[in-house]
This record gives sequence, structure tokens and C-alpha cells, in this order.
Amino acid sequence: MNRIVIDSVTRIEGHAKITLHMGDDGKVADARLNVTQVRGFEKFTEGRPFYEMPGITARICGICPVSHLLASSKACDAIMAVRIPEPARKLRELLHCAQFVQSHALSFFYLSSPDLLLGMESDPAKRNVVGVIEKYPEMARDGIELRKFGQQVIEALAKERIHPSWVAPGGVNAPLTQQTRDRILSGLPRARAIADKTMSFFKGVVDQFQEEIEFFGPGPTACAGLVDRKGALQLYEGFLRFRASDGLILEDGIEASDYYRYIGEATTKDSYLKSPYYAVLGYPAGIYRVGPLARLNAADRCGTYKADLEFQEFHRRFGLVAESSFLYHYARLIEIIYGLERMEALLNDPAILDTHVRAKAGVNSLEGVGMIEAPRGVLIHHYKVNEEGAITWANLIVATGHNNMAINKGITEAAKHYVDGTKLREGMLNRVSAVVRAYDPCLSCSTHANGQIAMQIQLLSPEGVLLDELRSH
Amino acid sequence: MTQKKLSVRIDGELVNATEGQSILQVARAAGKYIPTLCYLEGLSSVGACRLCIVEVSGSGRLLPACTTPVQDGMSVTTNSPKLARYRRITLELLFAERNHTCSVCVSNGNCELQAMAKTLGVTSIRYPHNFPKLPVDLSHTRYVLDHNRCILCTRCVRVCAEVEGAHVWAVTARGIQSKIVSDLNQQWGEASNCTSCGKCVQACPTGALAEKGFAVEEMTKRSDHISMIAGRKGVHA
Repeated sequence: MNRIVIDSVTRIEGHAKITLHMGDDGKVADARLNVTQVRGFEKFTEGRPFYEMPGITARICGICPVSHLLASSKACDAIMAVRIPEPARKLRELLHCAQFVQSHALSFFYLSSPDLLLGMESDPAKRNVVGVIEKYPEMARDGIELRKFGQQVIEALAKERIHPSWVAPGGVNAPLTQQTRDRILSGLPRARAIADKTMSFFKGVVDQFQEEIEFFGPGPTACAGLVDRKGALQLYEGFLRFRASDGLILEDGIEASDYYRYIGEATTKDSYLKSPYYAVLGYPAGIYRVGPLARLNAADRCGTYKADLEFQEFHRRFGLVAESSFLYHYARLIEIIYGLERMEALLNDPAILDTHVRAKAGVNSLEGVGMIEAPRGVLIHHYKVNEEGAITWANLIVATGHNNMAINKGITEAAKHYVDGTKLREGMLNRVSAVVRAYDPCLSCSTHANGQIAMQIQLLSPEGVLLDELRSH
Repeated sequence: MTQKKLSVRIDGELVNATEGQSILQVARAAGKYIPTLCYLEGLSSVGACRLCIVEVSGSGRLLPACTTPVQDGMSVTTNSPKLARYRRITLELLFAERNHTCSVCVSNGNCELQAMAKTLGVTSIRYPHNFPKLPVDLSHTRYVLDHNRCILCTRCVRVCAEVEGAHVWAVTARGIQSKIVSDLNQQWGEASNCTSCGKCVQACPTGALAEKGFAVEEMTKRSDHISMIAGRKGVHA
């Protein structure tokens, strides 16, 4: 009994397995998340016209095509060296807020609520969204409705829910009509009511998860997120900030074009997923996290009324830098509230109906970087082009990549606490999987890899011999 | 000299025709649908795409309607299960030959090849894709040529020669190696004959020729304008 393989980890986006290496005492010595596919977007886009990149890179993911579309379009804006019209900037942010709402709702209600509502050790056959519908129909309906709202806003703005082509280099390709604005506004109160209700529910039950909060790891790490000049949370634009686990700001005001000075990328032999690290501290000391929890740790405030109240309460309960990755769920709910409030503010700005929504230009800069907060964290698209506009080099750093080291550390801690090699139970392994789930990783994005939604856990002997394996399909 | 009047049967229906007309012209005038891709009204016909094949009584093989002149007493079938099968095969082979990825194409939603697939009910390709490694020519200041999306219909070659009179485009090599080239196989941006009129772009049925800066799904073509201009100049080869 020296190696356990969880293959495949369920209720995550993408395909991965977890390998638990056991020591001679039957306890877990190390745990590794292995992401098992590669897709090669950075390579096969070479030679393509740069302005096709948003459409191509959006295909990396069906959950967050909007985030890739926006990051890619921002990189293209930089290549064209244009400042996009203000209404277009607002419309892009509006679209992005809708993307946050739908993606966070998917993560919380569809993927993680079965663990939270039905219990980590409950029957795996029922521990899914169908089981939630059976036992907590109202909660399930709320989740479906909230996600639907986000998706419908995306569709109303961009004509398609998945892979829209509305966002283009230089802005967006059609302005917002008054009817559409009013339609979205009319759906907002209901969405906000669901978000508030879910927030209250979660705050009520979070104390039942003391053990998870304590053992989901990954221990102290730096946190990275985009903030504006005044330190408020930003999703569409802003400057990258790294905050250390003790609350000190390590670096602030990092522009997109300077990301490479602060982020290094290490490769490991057991995963196609690279391990980005904070370059100033080096690898592996420069471990950091991104995503909802890291964003709320990096920022000084949200910048909208209700979200700020929740933000303050969150930090009162869990400190200036909330450490446990279990709290990703909490942070995700605060961000849903923030997203809905931002949408309302943007829609109530008359300037958003302005019809000047596209700037046009050719190649004015041979390099462009687009940086954005995707639902799972900082997303960076970096392109180089020749003078004709053909891509000569591309580098993408996606949210789950930033979290790679933290996830590995987190599952090691959780596995050490929960998994006893001498009497293996499915529920123990589900807790390890739940650590991965807390980050809501998108593995197909992170490796730009082709994947199925499934996961695997392996148990290895000290000699590396496979001893046991759990697979879920 | 007045042209001789002919009488032909299209799908059993007796129709009048004039000597020199193609089967396609006569059939379309009679309201019959024959699918085409390389044919563009106003330009000469070359029978490149083979989608317009029809059955002619007495002929053992299928003939392209766009280049076959009508003959007195000819009996033509424009649609039959056999024709439908062959047309589907032809279209599937066009898709399999190069890298037609509709979802990320500038012409997605406005593409004649894609529309033809919908019309003929082609939803999947039964043949292994060829996946050739083909370049994209971005050297022109205003336009872009993506060989991946070219079906070698040669509309660009013909519109440039017959309407614009610039003779920039030609086809080089043979068979599956064929590709269109500008001037004497130079980069498009260096083709000194090119007047940058953009007629080739408008005539192109797919996203192979497009205007620069148009993102995915944004490129729309006006091949009807090409037919109008060609008709006005009376250009018929």
C-alpha cells in the first residue's frame, strides 16, 4: 500500500489525476496533481493573423471563452496600439461580469455544492448536482437560475452564450441597444436576491467546515490579483499586485507588459501544466495563488457597496490574508455579488449606449500583452507579431497554472491529514479531490489541453510501484 | 447572325434554349436548382468544383452543367440520388483537402462553402483529413490570403483577368499540390500588377481571401457586385 491514484478527479473542468506517494509507515508522504493532456495553442497559432487570435484562443475553453476572448483582444489592442472607445471598454467589462456570475455559479452550485450540502463522505453516486436537486431543490434551482442569468446576459450582449465573436480587436463589433440594456436590468434584482440568499446560507454553514478550513492548505502563500491605482478589486483591467501571506504588499502596479519580469514558469516532469512562480523569490519559494480568494486578499476593497460589506466581514473573520483554500468558495460568492453590482452600475451609465464602440488600426507594435482577471484568476495572453501582423510567438499563462504549486501543496496537506493508507475509504479521497475543486481549476485551459471531465487518484510505494488506484468517470 | 433556337428537356420538362448557352444557364432560367461553387455569373466557366454535375441521356458519364453547352434534343437530369451522392462526396473531399475550421474563420456564417454543406446536408466528413501545412500570406497592406481555406475555384484568377484586367492570380503546380499564386509566385504584397481593387476578395467564396483586420465571423463578401460589374462591362469569355 504505497501509491494511491485518484483517476479521474470529478467535478472539475478538464482531465487530471492525483498521485499519493506513501511512506513506509502507511502515511502519505507526498501528493501530486498530474494534468495529462497538451493542446499546443501557442505553437499552432504561429503564422496566423493576430486579429484572428481572440476567436482561436477562445476555443481553449467552453466555460470561460469570454475571458480568453477579452484577454486576447486586449493583447491585440496593444499590438494595434489603440485605446479602445470608452463605451467598448464598459461593454467588455459588463460582458466579463456576466461571465463571472455564470462561471462562479457553475463552480459553486454545480461542482462544489454536492460536497458542501450532502457531505464529503456521502454516497458518491448521489454526490452530484442531481443529488442536490433531490435533497435541496430550492438551492439547486437558485444555482441554475443564477448561472442562466449570467449566460443570458452574455447571449444578449454577444449574440451567443459560448464562443461569441462580439469582442474584437479594437473594441466590440456592435453597440448595446436600449431594449437589451433594459432587459438585463430587469433580471438583475432576482439575480442579486439569489446571490444574497446564498451568501447568507454559506455564512451560516461555513463554521461547520472548521476541519476543512484548517486542512485544505496550502499554508501561507503570496496572493496575486488585479487592482486599480487605489487598490480596489478589478476584473477587466488594472495592475497586478502581489501580497505576501503576512499582508505586506510585495509588488504593486505591475502593468500587463511587465508581467514577465515578475512571473517565471517552471516545468515539471509529471505534468503538462507549468508552474508559474513569483520571479523575485524564485522557484519554488515564489509560490503564490490567484483566483477569487487571492483577489480578495490582494485587494484593499471591492469598490461596490454590498460586496464591500461582505469583504470587510470576510476579512474580520479570517484575517487580512485569509489563508485556507476552502475559503475560495466564500470569496467566489462575494465576487458574484460584486459582479452583479458592477453590472448594475455599468448599465445605469448612459454612456454605455454610445455607438462608437470600435477603434481600427493596423500593426503599430510588434508585441502585445493582454492581462485580465478570469474567474479562476489572472489570465495573460502575450503575442509577438511580424510587421505584416502574423503571429511569430505566443505565450499564455492561465489561472490554474498560477495555482499549480499551491494545489500540489494543498492536496499534500489534505492527503496527509485525511488519507490513511491502511484503511482507504472513498470519502478520504473525495476530500483530496475537494481541495482541487476549491480552486475550480480549469485544466483544459491551463494546459490549453484537450480533456474530459474526470479525475484519477494513484497510490504509489516509496519505490514508485503502483499499489492502488481509484478512477471516476 | 441570329443564334439558333434549341429545345431541351430538363428533368423531363421541355424548355427553350439558345445555342451556346450552358446547361446551367438554361436550367437556372427554367427555375431548376443546381449547386455551384466555382461558377460566378459574369465570369467565364471552368468546371473546377464539379458540384454542378448533371446526368445527360446518352452520355455514360456525369457532365458539369456550367461548361457543357446545350444541344438540341438533349435530355438532362439535374437531381437524382446518384447526383446527390456524388455531390456530397465532392464537397466532403473539398473539406478534407485543406484546413477548413469554420468556427475560427473570418467568413464563418458568411461562407459559400459552409452554406453549400448545409444545403447538401453534409454534417460530417467521412474521409481522413489531409491537414496540409499551408502558409498565410499577410504581405499585402489591405488583404490577406490564407491557403488553408482555398478550394481552388479560381474565381479570383478569373475576376482579376476578365474584369480588372490585371492578371495577378494564377494556379501553380498540379493536383493536390496546386495553389494560387500572385504574379510570378511572389508574395502578394510584392505583386506589382495588383491594383489593390479587392475584386478577388469579393469574388472568393470562402475566407481564403479576406480584408485585413476582420476578426472571426466578420468578413462578408459581395460576389453579386462582381456579377453586376462584369455584366455591365459585357465581359463574357
